[in-house]
Amino acid sequence: MKLPDNLKYTKSHEWVLIEGETATMGITQFAVEQLGDITLVECPQVGDSVKANDTMGTIESVKAVSDLYCPIDGTVLSVNEALEDEPEKVNDDCYGDGWIAKITLGDDATDEDLMDATAYEEYLDSLD
Amino acid sequence: MEELLKTPLNDAIKRRGAKMVAYAGYEMPVRFGSIVEEHQAVRLAAGLFDVSHMTEFWLEGPDALKAANYLVSNDLNAVVDGDMQYSVMCTAEGTAVDDLMVYRYGADKILLVMNAACKAQDIAHIQANLPKLDVRFTDRSLETAQLALQGPKAVSILEKLTGAFVSLPTMKFTEGDIAGVPSLVSRSGYTGEDGYEIYCDNAGALALFEALMSAGKAEGLSPVGLGARDTLRLESKMPLYGNELSMSITPLEARLGWAVALDKPDFLGKAALLAQKEAGLTRRLVGFEMTEKAIPRHGYPVVAPDDASVVWGEVTSGCPSPTTGKNIGLAYIDVAKVGTKPGTQIGIEIRGKIKSAKIVKTPFYKRPYPVRTK
Repeated sequence: MKLPDNLKYTKSHEWVLIEGETATMGITQFAVEQLGDITLVECPQVGDSVKANDTMGTIESVKAVSDLYCPIDGTVLSVNEALEDEPEKVNDDCYGDGWIAKITLGDDATDEDLMDATAYEEYLDSLD
Repeated sequence: MEELLKTPLNDAIKRRGAKMVAYAGYEMPVRFGSIVEEHQAVRLAAGLFDVSHMTEFWLEGPDALKAANYLVSNDLNAVVDGDMQYSVMCTAEGTAVDDLMVYRYGADKILLVMNAACKAQDIAHIQANLPKLDVRFTDRSLETAQLALQGPKAVSILEKLTGAFVSLPTMKFTEGDIAGVPSLVSRSGYTGEDGYEIYCDNAGALALFEALMSAGKAEGLSPVGLGARDTLRLESKMPLYGNELSMSITPLEARLGWAVALDKPDFLGKAALLAQKEAGLTRRLVGFEMTEKAIPRHGYPVVAPDDASVVWGEVTSGCPSPTTGKNIGLAYIDVAKVGTKPGTQIGIEIRGKIKSAKIVKTPFYKRPYPVRTK
C-alpha cells in the first residue's frame, strides 16, 4: 500500500496533516485493516484541549474497542460529524472522507516525535 | 507461549486471506475480510465455517445413554436415535460446566459436542462424575474436523454434491459420503439459519472443504470466521459459554429451562436447580437494544438510567447487529429491582457514562423462511 507522503504518522497508527495552525487527523490504512468494520467513532468535544500521545477518543469495530490517540498538542477545532451516521467512511477512505478531527495547534505543539511516510513504512515493516 | 493447535484446514483458510487469532488453544480465523459482509453472506446466501476446534467426546458401551443422561440437563429419553439435543452439563450446584449438543446414536453410543475453550474442565468433570456403569469415555477431538455450512442456500449447495441430506429434518443427523468423504451430517447450526454441521476425520477435511466451496461458488458461499459466528449467534440469542453461561451461572438463569428436564429421574445438578426454581430466580438473562448511540460489550455494568451507582446487572454479550442495524446485547438483570419486561428502560455504563437502552423481546433475529426438506 502507498502511504501519502504529505502526512506524518504515529506509532499508534494515526496520521496527521499539518497546514499552518491546523492539524487534520485520522487513522491509517494499517489501523483500518487491523480493526475491520468500523462501527463507532467517539471523539472529544470541539474546544477540548488534547495532548500528544493521550487518549482522545475511541474507535469500535464489530468485535473490538480501541483507543484513539492524539498525535499532537492543541485544541479540538472540529470533528467529522459525518462519521456519526457513517463510521464506515473510515474504512472506505481513511485519508480522505474518513478524517476524524481537526486540531488547532497548541503553542508548544511539535511534530518532532512524528514519523514521515518513509519512517512509518519502515516501522510497519518492523511489525511483521 | 504454548504452540497453537492447527485444524486440518489451517493452510486452506490462510490461503483465502483469513486474519488468524488464538482461540481455545487453536489458531483460528476471526475474519476473512469484513465481519459484516460474512454475516450478511450467511443471512442472505451461505457461509462455510471451520469449527474443527470443537470437541467431540464419545460415550460408548451398553450404558452410554444412561450415563450421558445423568451428566446432562435435558432428557435424552425424550428423543429418539438419530436425534440431536441441546443440553447443559451442570455441577452439583446446578451451574454450567459447559453447554453442548448431544447426538443420540443409540443406547450404547452417544456423541457429545462441546466447546473447545472448556475442554480441560469438561474432561475433568466427566471423568470425575461419569456413573460407575458399563460405559467408555473417549476424546476424539484431535482426529475429528467439523465444518458448518449455514444459510438459506446451504441446502441447495450441499445438494449439488449429494441429494442424501436434503430430507434430513432439523435437529436430526445421519451418516453418508460427501465428495467421497465419509461424514456425520446434522441439520443444525449456531447462526439461526438453516444449515448443516458436518464432521469427518481430519484426513478428509480439506477435500470436503474445497468441494463445498466449489459447489457454493455460484450461490455466493463465503468462508466465515469466528467474528461473524459470534454476531450471528447473538442475533439469534444462542448462548456462548464464558458469556451467558459459566461455572457461576445456572441454565435456569440463562433462560434455558426448556433444556432442563427437572421431571427426569435424576441428573447432576437437579436438586440444586429444583431448589433454585422453588426459591425463585434472583437474576435472569434479558435481551436489550441501545436507544442511544453506543455499543454494549461483555462486562459492562447495567445500571439505573439516571444513576450509575445503582447497579442492576451486567452485560454478557453485545455487538452492532448487522441484520437489524441496532446495537444489541444480552445481560443478567436483577429480577426484583428491574424485572424482565420488554420496554423497561435501563442504562449501560460505557467508559464512565450512562447510555440508555431498553429491554426487548428475543431473539433479535428470526429466520424468515421454512427449512426445505424436499
